[in-house]
Amino acid sequence: MSPRVVFPNKILPYLLLAPQLAITLVFFYWPASQALYQSVLREDAFGLKTTFVGLANFKKVLSQPSYIASVQTTVIFSVATAFIAIVLALLLAVMADKIIKGRGFYRTLMIWPYAVAPAIAGLLWLFMFNPTMGTFAYMLRAAGYPWDPLLNGPQAMSLVIAAAAWKQISYNFLFFVAGLQAIPKTLIEAAAIDGAGETKRFWTIIFPLLAPTTFFLLVINTTYAFFDTFGIIHAVTGGGPGKWTETLVYKVYNDGFVNLNFGDSAAQSVILMVIVIALTAFQFRYVEKKVHYG
Amino acid sequence: MKTLGFAAGIAASFTILSSSAAFAVTEISWWHAMTGANNEVVETLSKEFNESQSDYKVSPVFKGTYPETLNAGIAAFRAGQAPHIMQVFDVGTGVMMGAEGAVKPVAEVISMGGAEFDKSKYLPGIVAYYSKPDGTMLSFPYNSSSPILYYNKDLFEKAGLDADNPPKTWPEVFEAAKKIKSSGAGSCGLTSTWLTWIGLENFAAWNNLQYGTQENGLASTDVELTYNSEPFVRHFQNFADLAKDDTFRYGGRTSEAKQLFLSGECAIMTESSGGLGDVLKSGMNYGLGQLPYYDDLEGAPQNTIPGGASLWVFGGKSDEEYKAVAAFFNFLSQTDIQQRLHEVSGYLPVTLEAYEATKASGFYEKNPGREIPIQQMMGKEPTPNSKGVRLVNLPQVRDIQNEEFEKMLAGDQSAKEALDKSVERGNAAIQEAIGN
Repeated sequence: MSPRVVFPNKILPYLLLAPQLAITLVFFYWPASQALYQSVLREDAFGLKTTFVGLANFKKVLSQPSYIASVQTTVIFSVATAFIAIVLALLLAVMADKIIKGRGFYRTLMIWPYAVAPAIAGLLWLFMFNPTMGTFAYMLRAAGYPWDPLLNGPQAMSLVIAAAAWKQISYNFLFFVAGLQAIPKTLIEAAAIDGAGETKRFWTIIFPLLAPTTFFLLVINTTYAFFDTFGIIHAVTGGGPGKWTETLVYKVYNDGFVNLNFGDSAAQSVILMVIVIALTAFQFRYVEKKVHYG
Repeated sequence: MKTLGFAAGIAASFTILSSSAAFAVTEISWWHAMTGANNEVVETLSKEFNESQSDYKVSPVFKGTYPETLNAGIAAFRAGQAPHIMQVFDVGTGVMMGAEGAVKPVAEVISMGGAEFDKSKYLPGIVAYYSKPDGTMLSFPYNSSSPILYYNKDLFEKAGLDADNPPKTWPEVFEAAKKIKSSGAGSCGLTSTWLTWIGLENFAAWNNLQYGTQENGLASTDVELTYNSEPFVRHFQNFADLAKDDTFRYGGRTSEAKQLFLSGECAIMTESSGGLGDVLKSGMNYGLGQLPYYDDLEGAPQNTIPGGASLWVFGGKSDEEYKAVAAFFNFLSQTDIQQRLHEVSGYLPVTLEAYEATKASGFYEKNPGREIPIQQMMGKEPTPNSKGVRLVNLPQVRDIQNEEFEKMLAGDQSAKEALDKSVERGNAAIQEAIGN
């Protein structure tokens, strides 16, 4: 247990918290309450006619086959993105930890992609792999591979997963590097003296000790895949082809801001909010039990 | 997108600041979606208008793409901060018409400016599209376009085709496309931008086929889509078959396919006349032709329907502000302004006088093919099938159509299935949108 910090002043702690609270209130609670309110209304685009419909929007959304399909898409997308981003970041972090010369240089390079905004990252991948203008798309086709994410759903899905995971690897890498540094060298050396090979050392010492970090990243990556990947999907596929890459958050945008159906869209974002709260709670309650905090 | 919104926000707040500084001048805001060369036209026009008189001032604000501009306008209206003038693309017309309390008919605005509004001065096809069923013109046609055929003359010659006579009918186009592919002249024969606007909406009008009931939505909002009849199925099955060996190549839902044409991969393309600027810029050896049709269909070719965008005026402003808007619209209607707009942008002139003046200037002789989009639209008196397509949720319906087309072109379903499904889903969406 860490020693308790005691503030002599009674008001100061609240004052220090105030800016963060204000931001949370304005950018989270206020829009969230607006979404809740909007989700029980049916309105035309301009807000000229408003009727209270209770839970009808929720009923309608949940009975749409396209919504169920979007849930499946989101699960595939999120699991794949989080898995790839975490595994690759861990691999890279362990590798980077072994480098003696130029360690800082490698690390800096690894962290770079994180500074790229999602929409820009999306455009980057689009420029590489778009069938009409992409360099790699051209090379793939020249090599005889029928690359066409504009019409081929699985290819489009792989493309957005790759872009989304690529962007998140840096973030995960940073945490894994920090996590690796926190592992006492004595433990690893002791194991080495006892004759444990590199693989054995990784799975029995490093990996368990990194579990809290991995768990934290799992939560963060899932939330990222759910919400922050909108820019990437919007830039790369726009939800297409068909509805192949229409994740829940993209559907919220599409129904609200393209189809101007605000009631449905708000109901969907409320459902999304519930899903993410439930998911996070579940992760903390069950997965965390298996995590050993050092 | 965020930065754009931010920049626009700053621009908007400057607008507000500067308007409070100047008392005598009535300032009006104009939200638009024009980029590149077309954005320069917007800036120039506003500047010229502001310099031509001292009572009014127009401030153009760029708001992003067409859908983004529409959404920004709607959000601003809901917040009580609507601009005076907003540019809305053709697809958003139904959305705006559905918002009766939110917009002020342009005909009314112009007559508030003192000048008598004379509808007969404007191109009939365009006016009909932007008018209510009772004939009241609701929005001011700013940039109108019409889909035409573009072809690559070099590739035509390479394939042994007649580079001076582009194919006229769809069967001829398909033959030419196959020949280009099989001769190896181009890696694909044919492509098209906007499969919804060109392949469905204009295809229906041009071949005099019904797209939906109620004159395709111009007579009433309660429309039932009917575009799954035989000619449509045949047309799209042709595309689906040609897509199998890349004779037809899909570029995307909007104008992405233009790139396939500009890069010399595809030899033939159907695209908006508004896309001419980029083709000119590329310096390629291109030719223009009429939009193809099926010669066995009765009445084909009929006439095409306008695309592009028009200017809408929001309600709830002061009389003085409406006078300013009226003055600006009168300025835009001037013959020399319209003529210049037409010649530099590839968009159509909106008044008959401007069209005549362009003809008299010898512009069409010097620039062959540039008259095609106007002739297509004006050639025949429109029928109930060819006045236009108007749905309260056309953006949504187009999305549905695109999704089904993509599945069809990927080989997952036939043209018949794609059209049947999109009609069924589209009809359900329309019923929901009109509140049934």
